[in-house]
Amino acid sequence: MSSLATSSRPLGSSLTERRLPRWMPAANLVLAVLLGLAIGAGFDLSSKLQWGLIAAILFVVIQYVTSAVVEGRRHAKNYLATSLVWVAFLLALLPLISVLWMTISKGIGVINANFLTHSMNGIAINQDGGGLYHALIGTLEQVALASLFAAPVGILTAVYLVEYGRGNKLSKAVSFFVDVMTGVPSIVAGLFILSFWIIILNMPFTGFAGALALAILMLPVVVRSTEEMLKLVPNELREASLALGVPKWLTITRVVLPTALGGIVTGVMLAIARIVGETAPILMLVFGADTINMNPFSNPQSSLPLYVWTEYGKGTDQSQARAWGGALVLIAVVMILNLVARGLARWKAPKGATR
Amino acid sequence: METPRDTSAPPGDQQPPQGAHTATPNLAGSSPQRGRSSLSDSSRTGRRGDAIFKFASSGSGVLLLVIMAAIAAFLTVRAISAISANHGNFLTTAEWQTQTDPITFGIAAIALGTIISAVVAMALAVPVALGIALFISHYAPRRIAQALGYVVDLLAAVPSIVFGLWGALFLVPHMIGVNAWLNQYFSWTYVFHQNEPGTQPRSLFTVGVVLAIMILPIITAVTREIFLQVPRAHEEAALALGATRWEMIRTAVIPFGRSGIISASMLGLGRALGETMAVATVLSPSYVINFHILDPAGSTIAQNIASQFGESQGTGRDALIAAGLVLFVITLLVNGGARLIIARRKEYSGADA
Repeated sequence: MSSLATSSRPLGSSLTERRLPRWMPAANLVLAVLLGLAIGAGFDLSSKLQWGLIAAILFVVIQYVTSAVVEGRRHAKNYLATSLVWVAFLLALLPLISVLWMTISKGIGVINANFLTHSMNGIAINQDGGGLYHALIGTLEQVALASLFAAPVGILTAVYLVEYGRGNKLSKAVSFFVDVMTGVPSIVAGLFILSFWIIILNMPFTGFAGALALAILMLPVVVRSTEEMLKLVPNELREASLALGVPKWLTITRVVLPTALGGIVTGVMLAIARIVGETAPILMLVFGADTINMNPFSNPQSSLPLYVWTEYGKGTDQSQARAWGGALVLIAVVMILNLVARGLARWKAPKGATR
Repeated sequence: METPRDTSAPPGDQQPPQGAHTATPNLAGSSPQRGRSSLSDSSRTGRRGDAIFKFASSGSGVLLLVIMAAIAAFLTVRAISAISANHGNFLTTAEWQTQTDPITFGIAAIALGTIISAVVAMALAVPVALGIALFISHYAPRRIAQALGYVVDLLAAVPSIVFGLWGALFLVPHMIGVNAWLNQYFSWTYVFHQNEPGTQPRSLFTVGVVLAIMILPIITAVTREIFLQVPRAHEEAALALGATRWEMIRTAVIPFGRSGIISASMLGLGRALGETMAVATVLSPSYVINFHILDPAGSTIAQNIASQFGESQGTGRDALIAAGLVLFVITLLVNGGARLIIARRKEYSGADA
């Protein structure tokens, strides 16, 4: 209340309250960084992270004090919140940039034509060379098999949810469990296939077993994204088609699905991007191999994330370098899938629509 | 079948102008027939096609439910066979001995580790994620905000094994200083006390930090969507009453988004609970109940499954499946709860999360 009273000063003096000049935050930032550097250097703190943290805290404090002195408590609080939001943002960017930077800088040195076209067959753990060709093959085959199962089932489920089961009990249950399924940990999906496929049906460890688990993880993502896309198809299109006497299933396959095709493909690709990086089910079901195995239906295979895990586990400098190389290839695959999918979504999106 | 002819016939009959008389029989003769034959054709295939297609699509929906039920059923069957062979109490035993003869295992230590690491992750990630979401929705210039939203989505796609690799090879050495500092000044909190200062920080706290970074993009993405849906009128009303931007956010944005924030956090929690590889790379398994989170000890359920799996056979694997069942139930409850909150909110706001 007191601040409200001060702000209703006589109109003659000024129409606005006293505000800090616009350059003040920048000046405070420079001041805080300089002080942070001075303190860091003065007290001889080894970690650069501490320097940064001290500078950040100083910035928030200086900002609050100057604003409180000039503008009053309410604006000072506003500045405090703004500063905290900025600090949160920068703080979060640090590790994320660090992850990408480490992967790229450490991985790029390993990657060459030999790395991409050779397997780990006969490479000792403390030996240079070797590659991830076998893992690349494994990933491609397992993901393709998983998509072959999850994409049709997922799209059909979404069609059911949007076109047939509008609001009935079954569709509500399916919809809820799709959401819950999204949160099933990958290791649980792996354990399920393990208990069902390998322990009870007594099947061997193969790429196909891994693909089954990946399909379970992929399914809810495909359903959810396809459902969103089908909901965006204007009802007028369906009504026009039905009014022309076209049966419902032809309306769906010839009118609704083609209209939403771009979005559906995007959703499937994003789902693929999600399962490409799954390690735990592959670890349990595909088991890993050092040699090239082209057949996903017999004998263990490898895959990119599993390759990273096994190379990390070997613990030597050479194998850890290979692990970084594998991580870089994996990130590149995921990012390319994402970028292509999102580019496709933008290209195929109806004009004027935001999604 | 009859209706098309009935509807097309009256226009033919009601054609009084004589000049068109020559054309009318032609129309009446050919067009209904054409219409009838093609319609009856398509309605026959249509009915069968409809039936097949409806069966296929509802069958897919049912299949999805069957898969969920099968996960629960198969895990339960194997878990029961493991627990019946167990010589310890499954819920209160801390150790995990499945190779030695009296098989003794229990989830006390690993469930505790799962909860501690998830709590640390939530405590670190939720405030920061809210900050980023607010930054994207209300602070950053529009152009930058869009690009940032994009970057956040991309970061959510970084595979967990990469975070694990980074955590183990980069973060663990860099956490030594932080741990020493926390131990020095916050040892009195008991939680931050280190039994042996200076050890490698392969601890639940480090795991919590890695998990926090991993769930940050997800929480951010969901809360950002909610914040962007806050009615403009609410925000403008607050600003017009003289509120500063922070007051506007506190009075208009946060109350609107509260349930969204809760459910986003729970989605993040579900992810943190089930995360396997990032934990497995950082921690080395140990089965002690220890509340000093900086000590290099502790395991989580998922990590225990991944690291024990290679050495386990028979009942050992069933024991891991039993642990997986516990994890499944926990994540089911957390995610189901989050979704119920979102669904309840959707009813009155029309928002889609």
